[in-house]
Amino acid sequence: MAEDTIHIANPGIEPLQSSRLTGDATEADIESIRRRTSVYVYEAPVRIWHWTNALAIVVLIATGFMIGSPPPSMQIGEATHQFLFGYIRFVHFAAGMIMTVGFFGRIYWAFVGNHHAKQLFYVPVWKKAWWREMFHELKWYAFIEKTPKKYVGHNPLAQIAMFFFMTIGITFMIVTGWALYAEGAGQGSFADTVAGWVLGLVGNSMVLHTLHHIGMWFIVIFMIIHIYAAIREDIMSRQSMVSTMISGHRTFKDDKID
Amino acid sequence: MADIETFYDVMRRQGITRRSFMKYCSLTAAALGLGPSFVPKIAHAMETKPRTPVIWVHGLECTCCSESFIRSAHPLAKDVVLSMISLDYDDTLMAAAGHAAEAALEDTIQKYKGNYILAVEGNPPLNEDGMFCITGGKPFVEKLKYAAKDAKAIISWGACASYGCVQAAKPNPTQATPVHKVITDKPIIKVPGCPPIAEVMTGVITYMLTFDRLPELDRQGRPAMFYGQRIHDKCYRRPHFDAGQFVEAWDDENARKGYCLYKMGCKGPTTYNACSTVRWNEGTSFPIQSGHGCIGCSEDGFWDQGTFYDRVTDLTQFGVEANADKVGFAAAGVVGAGVAAHAAISALKAAQNKAQSRNEEV
Repeated sequence: MAEDTIHIANPGIEPLQSSRLTGDATEADIESIRRRTSVYVYEAPVRIWHWTNALAIVVLIATGFMIGSPPPSMQIGEATHQFLFGYIRFVHFAAGMIMTVGFFGRIYWAFVGNHHAKQLFYVPVWKKAWWREMFHELKWYAFIEKTPKKYVGHNPLAQIAMFFFMTIGITFMIVTGWALYAEGAGQGSFADTVAGWVLGLVGNSMVLHTLHHIGMWFIVIFMIIHIYAAIREDIMSRQSMVSTMISGHRTFKDDKID
Repeated sequence: MADIETFYDVMRRQGITRRSFMKYCSLTAAALGLGPSFVPKIAHAMETKPRTPVIWVHGLECTCCSESFIRSAHPLAKDVVLSMISLDYDDTLMAAAGHAAEAALEDTIQKYKGNYILAVEGNPPLNEDGMFCITGGKPFVEKLKYAAKDAKAIISWGACASYGCVQAAKPNPTQATPVHKVITDKPIIKVPGCPPIAEVMTGVITYMLTFDRLPELDRQGRPAMFYGQRIHDKCYRRPHFDAGQFVEAWDDENARKGYCLYKMGCKGPTTYNACSTVRWNEGTSFPIQSGHGCIGCSEDGFWDQGTFYDRVTDLTQFGVEANADKVGFAAAGVVGAGVAAHAAISALKAAQNKAQSRNEEV
């Protein structure tokens, strides 16, 4: 690793003898491995949920957009033998069900999983240190602060985004989505029993459709920010990002004292 | 209650045979979705129950509900008006006028205190103390409250009484207000639509008279038997929707073939009504069958849902022509541009830091 970054691991310590790199490792690579620290932060259920949820969201956005603005009419066969739009809707509903079950599983894991599994579901506004660190993070993103802090779980800014876009956002999409599904399932159906009240609350089904549609764009905006921030942090911050959601391990690039 | 004739008495007096009467009972049972075992029950109720007095008042409205009502085929409005209910007061249908009419209203209220049904067509405007709608020299809202005080139940006819309709559309200058927001202490049954289907109107009245109770209502207070499903759920063009075959433009080949009107802004998927089953004008047709999308007239605030001809409708909060997609796409574009700019600055800053630290070393 080049010395012109902030990621110099323990310059004062000798490279680890017990885990010397071999193969195509250069002298500089060996030099850079002095001590590695990693924390197991995302347990398997959290990671599985993350990627299932991500896939479900992509499918839901694609099919959901097509439900709002259908593809050009196709004349494959007689209407009896053609179920194209029906399949698009089916995929949307199926992905919605998977997302719902996954979200409930994720909530369950917040109770039985490790400490970090709970972070998605609250914003610690009552903690002074949290506010201080949030402003620090804001300054880091505004290029005022040169070094970010190290975090095992989410940094304060990420926690806010996760809470409002995911916890609140997904809850909103699941509730409105089930309310819309209940319309087709019919009165007295399971969907109607659990979510039919939403339509009564909103009043007009067209408004409910529009709210669900705006929610989709809310999630799209989150996706843009989330993917950008994850990649940027992976490159510029002091800890691993993308691989953490694959292996579950958060590795740190330096041991500098803040 | 004073001696009022039973339904059956009146029907017989009108020259209706026993046979026709039984036919009518079975037709009504079928219209209400009841089994054959209910036919004798309806007949029994008709033979023994005195006619229920109905007071029908008109607020801000266009009388399309009354127009629809008198075109009912099953049961004939004539039967409903003359035999089944005792329509004691209706400004537009009654022969009396002026003071005589107002006297009839007062008379009915006093005579049948707590036993009459109040049918409301239109709604009261509340702005300027209700001065935007005056009947009999008084604001309509006062007449409504007065007549509602001793009513057994209230029927809100049409979109006006149920939800406000066009006069309550934004910005609603007269503050036209649906009945259930003015009268809060009486059972209210909403029969929305602009107008409601005639058979639905007479069907609701028949049910209330036969069983002496309100029909089963859905969460929005509408009779579930007619408003339990969307027009879309029973639309004869539904197979084309599922197939993904849509009318793409008015008068295109697909329109001639009778494909789904979803892309043309049909509100069938968001409208609860019986149009696709009961249909209009003695079951002749309904808007979608005539090649035009549903405009959602039986839904709350249907005038404020943007154009009738777009599937993803306008959000007036964001200007005249902005829908969820346009707003969302713009917001995503702004965020995307922000992210790109941020990424560029990040890269520049990183390069700058690199150069700086190299300089320091030298």
